[in-house]
Amino acid sequence: MSCIQTKSLRNTVFYKKQERVALRNCGYIDPEKIEQYIGVDGYQALGMVLTDGSFTPEKVIEIVKASGLRGRGGGGFSTGMKWHLARTIIPDADQKYVCCNADEGDPGAFMDRSVLEGDPHALIEAMTIAGYAIGANQGYIYLRAEYPLAVKRLEIAIGQAKEYGLLGKNIFESGFDFDLEIRLGAGAFVCGEETALMVSIEGNRGEPNPRPPFPAEKGLFGKPTILNNVETYANIPRIILKGSDWFTTMGTEKSKGTKVFALGGKINNTGLVEIPMGMTLREVVYDVGGGIPNGKKFKAAQTGGPSGGCISDKNIDIEIDYDNLISIGSMMGSGGLIVMDEDNCMVDMAKFFLEFTVEESCGKCTPCRIGTKRLFEMLEKITSGKGEMEDLDEIEQLCRYIKKNSLCGLGQTAPNPVLSMMSNFREEWVSHIKDKKCAAKVCVDLLEYKILADKCVGCSLCKKACPVDAISGEIKQKHVIDQSKCIKCGVCVNTCKKFGAIIKE
Amino acid sequence: MINIKFNGAEYAAEPGMTILEAARANNVDIPTLCWLKHINEIGACRICVVELAGPGSLIASCVYKLTKFDEGKNFLTHSPLVLDSRKKTLQLLLSEHNRKCLSCVRSNNCELQTLCKELGVDDETLYKGSNGLGVDIDDSALHMYRDNSKCINCRRCVAACDKQAVGVIGANYRGIKTDINCAFDMDLSSTACVSCGQCINVCPTGALSEKDNTDAVWAALADDDKVVVVQTAPAVRASLGEAFGYAMGTPVEGKMASALRALGFNYVFDTNFGADLTIMEESNELIERVTNNGVLPMITSCSPGWIRYCEAYHPDMLPNLSSCKSPQQMQGAMIKTYWAEKMNIDPKKIVSVSVMPCTAKKFELSRENQSGQGTEQDIDISITTRELSRMIEKAGILFNKLPDGDFDSPLGAGTGAAVIFGATGGVMEAALRTAVWKLTGEDVNSPVEFKEVRGVEGVKTATYKAGDLEVNVAVASGLSNAKELLEKVKSGEMNLHFIEIMACPGGCVNGGGQIIVPSKIRNFTDIRAERAKALYSLDVSRGSLRKSHESPDIKKAYSEYLEKPGSHKAHKILHTKYSATNLSK
Repeated sequence: MSCIQTKSLRNTVFYKKQERVALRNCGYIDPEKIEQYIGVDGYQALGMVLTDGSFTPEKVIEIVKASGLRGRGGGGFSTGMKWHLARTIIPDADQKYVCCNADEGDPGAFMDRSVLEGDPHALIEAMTIAGYAIGANQGYIYLRAEYPLAVKRLEIAIGQAKEYGLLGKNIFESGFDFDLEIRLGAGAFVCGEETALMVSIEGNRGEPNPRPPFPAEKGLFGKPTILNNVETYANIPRIILKGSDWFTTMGTEKSKGTKVFALGGKINNTGLVEIPMGMTLREVVYDVGGGIPNGKKFKAAQTGGPSGGCISDKNIDIEIDYDNLISIGSMMGSGGLIVMDEDNCMVDMAKFFLEFTVEESCGKCTPCRIGTKRLFEMLEKITSGKGEMEDLDEIEQLCRYIKKNSLCGLGQTAPNPVLSMMSNFREEWVSHIKDKKCAAKVCVDLLEYKILADKCVGCSLCKKACPVDAISGEIKQKHVIDQSKCIKCGVCVNTCKKFGAIIKE
Repeated sequence: MINIKFNGAEYAAEPGMTILEAARANNVDIPTLCWLKHINEIGACRICVVELAGPGSLIASCVYKLTKFDEGKNFLTHSPLVLDSRKKTLQLLLSEHNRKCLSCVRSNNCELQTLCKELGVDDETLYKGSNGLGVDIDDSALHMYRDNSKCINCRRCVAACDKQAVGVIGANYRGIKTDINCAFDMDLSSTACVSCGQCINVCPTGALSEKDNTDAVWAALADDDKVVVVQTAPAVRASLGEAFGYAMGTPVEGKMASALRALGFNYVFDTNFGADLTIMEESNELIERVTNNGVLPMITSCSPGWIRYCEAYHPDMLPNLSSCKSPQQMQGAMIKTYWAEKMNIDPKKIVSVSVMPCTAKKFELSRENQSGQGTEQDIDISITTRELSRMIEKAGILFNKLPDGDFDSPLGAGTGAAVIFGATGGVMEAALRTAVWKLTGEDVNSPVEFKEVRGVEGVKTATYKAGDLEVNVAVASGLSNAKELLEKVKSGEMNLHFIEIMACPGGCVNGGGQIIVPSKIRNFTDIRAERAKALYSLDVSRGSLRKSHESPDIKKAYSEYLEKPGSHKAHKILHTKYSATNLSK
C-alpha cells in the first residue's frame, strides 16, 4: 500500500522560517473568549507580576530592559528604558498614563490589526503590566476607527477582563488598580506621532508638539506617559513569563526578538510574517515570501513605509535589524515591506510615497506643509518629461532641508523614499530627464504607443476602440497612431492581443 | 546656572530659559515668525532654528528650554546651515504668499517682508506655488477682513483668539490645504467673534486687517455741505506717535489735535468729554444700585468687545452691565443733540467721525438702541489709530513738526479721570474719584489716586471705604481674565460691588486698532505698561482737573441740557440696552 505524503503546514518553508511571538495566538484562539486566552497562559504574566512579591515595578522594568526589546512602531527606542524614564523622571507625579499606539497607518501595513483582532487580551495584559511598572492607573488605546472589527473585539475583551477582575480595582487582590479606555482616531496618519496622538486623545486637532519635553516627563494631559505600539506590547507577556534570556536568544546583537512584517507588492506570499531579527532580506523574499511572481526580477524592497527607504538588490543579503537598515538609508518602520520588481519605476514609487506624506502632513510646520508639496511637484516635473539635470540637486537640497527643519517625525522622514530611491537608482532618474524614457514603462507622459507596420493586418479593431480617434488607417491597410491626439490609455494594445502589433515604449 | 556657548563664546544661562531668550540676553536676536511670548509657543514656522554644533542638528530655539543636560553645548545662531535653512523656509512661505507687497497695508511693517530683506532672499520665486491665488477673502465682519492669500499659517491669531477665551478661529483641513478660518468655513460674522481685533495686532503679515473706512472720511472732508466732526479716544494719543517714530509711551495729544485740523475736520473734539460724562452717569448708577438693592456687582460697559463677549458667552450677566453707553457713543449722542442744537446745525448735516484704538467700535456704532436723537446713527464712521496714521501720511502732514494744538470747546475738554480710561483700571479709578467724592458728602479733599487698580495684571481687586460704605471692586482686562473673574462671581467665591472689564489685555492702550508692534519688540516690551505710562502722565498734567465732576464743560452740559445724572433725558440720550446673542462659539 502506498500512502500519500503531505507535509505538515509547520514544515513548509513559509512557516518553518517564522518565529511567532507577537502573533503567537492569532488564529489559534477565539479572540472573543477570554477563557481561551487564559487557556494559553494568558494573564499568567500579569498574575505573576502582581502576586509574586519579588516582582517589584523596578524588577519588571529590569526584565524588559534586559530583554533588549525595542519599539516596534518604527523608532526602535529601548522599551525598558522608556518605562524606566516614565517611572523615575518625575517620581512624585500624581498621575501617569500608559498609552498604546494602535493608529497603524502605513500603506499596506496591518501587523497591529492582526494582534488587535486576533489576540486583544495580550494587549490588555501587557498594558496593565506596564501600568504597574511605571506607576499608572489609567491607560488609553488610540485605535484607528477604520478597524471596526478591532474596535469590537477590543471592547469585548476589555469588558471580559473587567468581569474577571483583570482590569479595574484591586487586580488579583494586589491592591493595584488599572483601567483602560479606547479612543478612536479619525484617520490622520500624523496621529501615529506620539505628541500628536496625545493631543488627539485630549480632544484637540491632532498635531505634534515640539520635543522636549518628552512624554516620559510631560505627556498626556501634561503627565508622565509611556506610549508603545501594539506589537511591542504583544511581546511583553511572553518576555515576563519566559524571561529575558529566552527573548535574547532570538535576533541580532542589538535587535532582539522577532519582527512582524506585512509583505506586499510583487511577491507570491503576501500577508503577515513574523521572523527573527537578523534574517536576510533574501530569505524573507525568496523563502518566506515565495519569490517574485511571473519570474520577474527583484528590484528593491521598501521598508518603513512612507518614512522609510528602499533596499536595492545589492543589499538583498543584509540581515534585517534596526541598525543595519538605518546604515543603508532605510529603516525598520512599523513593518510594511513592499517588494518591487523590474516593472516598478523608482521615480514613480518615490512620488507615490511622497504623495502620501503630502496628503497626511498636518500643516503645522512650514517645511512639511509647503516643502513636501514643492518636492512632489519637482518629481512630477521629472515624470512628465520636463525635468532638467539641475533638478536633481535641487531635489536633494530640498529633501535635506525638510529632514533637518521639520517639527516632527513625519516631516523629518518624509523625504527618505525620495533620497534612497534617488541614490540607489540614480541612472533611472537621469534617464527620465535626459532620454525622456521610463524603462519600467510606468510614467505615462514618457510613453509612446506604436503600431508595428509589419505586424498590423489592418483589422481596424484598434481604430474603433480608440476613445479619442487618434488611430487612422483603412481596412486591410496599415494603421498609425497620431501621437498628438493619443492619451496613452492603452486600450488599443488590449484590442490587438491577437496580432501583437501595438507596443508601448 | 548652565554654561552654554553661542557661536563658540561662553555664556551662563538660567535653566528654564529658552535658547532664544538666552541668546537675546547675550545680544543675539534670533528671528521668529510664529513665536509670541506666553501666547503662541508652538515652534511651527521654523524660522528660529539654531544649529547644535557637533551633530549639526537644528533646534527650534523659541520652544527649547535649557536644562542641565545642555551644559557645554555650543549653539550656532548664524552658521551657513542656519542661514540657508531660514532662507529656504522664507522662500517656501513666499511660494504660497500673495506677493502684492507694494499696495499691501502692511508694507514696511510686515514681518515676513522684513525677514526676507534681512536674510537676503534674493530669489523669491525659486519655488513656484499657488501664491495664494484662488483664496476667498472673508470680509463678512464689520470690523475686519481675513485675506488668507497672505496668511503664513503662523497661528498667532488663533492663539490670540484662544487667549481671549473666544476661540472662533482655528486650522481647517491639513497639509498644503491648511487654512486658518472659522469652523466649517463659516463667515466670521456668523460666529461669536467679539470684534476685539487682537488677532490683527499679532498678524505678522497683511492677512488680517481692520476694515479701512478712511475713504468715507476723505469723502466727507471733501463735501462742503457737511460739517465733519471728529473725536479721539484717550488711548489713541498713547500709540499714534509710534507711527511717526516716537518712542512707545510718548503722549502726542497736541500734535494729534493739530493733525486732525490739518486734515480738514471742522471740529476736533475729544472722547475724554464723553468719558467724563460716562463717569457721571455710571457712578450715579452704581450708587443707585448699591443704595436701592439693585443688581450687583455692576460691570462697566465701555468696551464693546466685552459687551459682545458678555452677550454671547455670559448672557446671564447682562443685568449686571451698566446701562451707560460707551464714551464714544455718549460723545456721539451729545454731538448730534446738545451740540447740534447749541450750534443750530441740522444733525443730518453732521458727519461724526471717531478715532478709536479699537476695531469693535466699528461694530458698536451700528448697534441697536444706540441713537441719542432717535433715528440717525450717532457716530457715522469709526476709524482706528492705524487708519488715522495712514490718513496723516497720505495727506503729507509732517506730524513731528506740528505744533501742539487744542480741542474745540465744549466737547473737547476732558479731565485726568477721562484720559486714564485707556488703561486697565482707569475707568474704575475715574469712577471711584467721583463715587467716593459723592459718598463722602462731596468732600473736595476726597482721594484722587487709587493705585491698587492700576497695573497690567489680568485681575486686580481692592476694597475702598467711602463714608459708611465698604466698596469691593475688581478690574479685569483680557477676556480670559474676565471669564475667570466672572466664574468666581457666579460661584459666590467673590462678593463684589463694581467690576471694570476691558476686552483687550491691558485695556484700550493695547486695543485691536492701535499701531501694530512687530513681535521682535512685542516679545520683549510690555506694550500695555509703556503706553499706560503716557496716559498716567497726562492725568497728572491736568493739575487740578482730575475728577470728572469737576469739569466745567460737564457741569455746563448738565445745567444747560441733561439736568442731572440719571435724569429722564440723560437716560434717553446716554443709556442703552443689551440682548443675548446666539452665534456659533
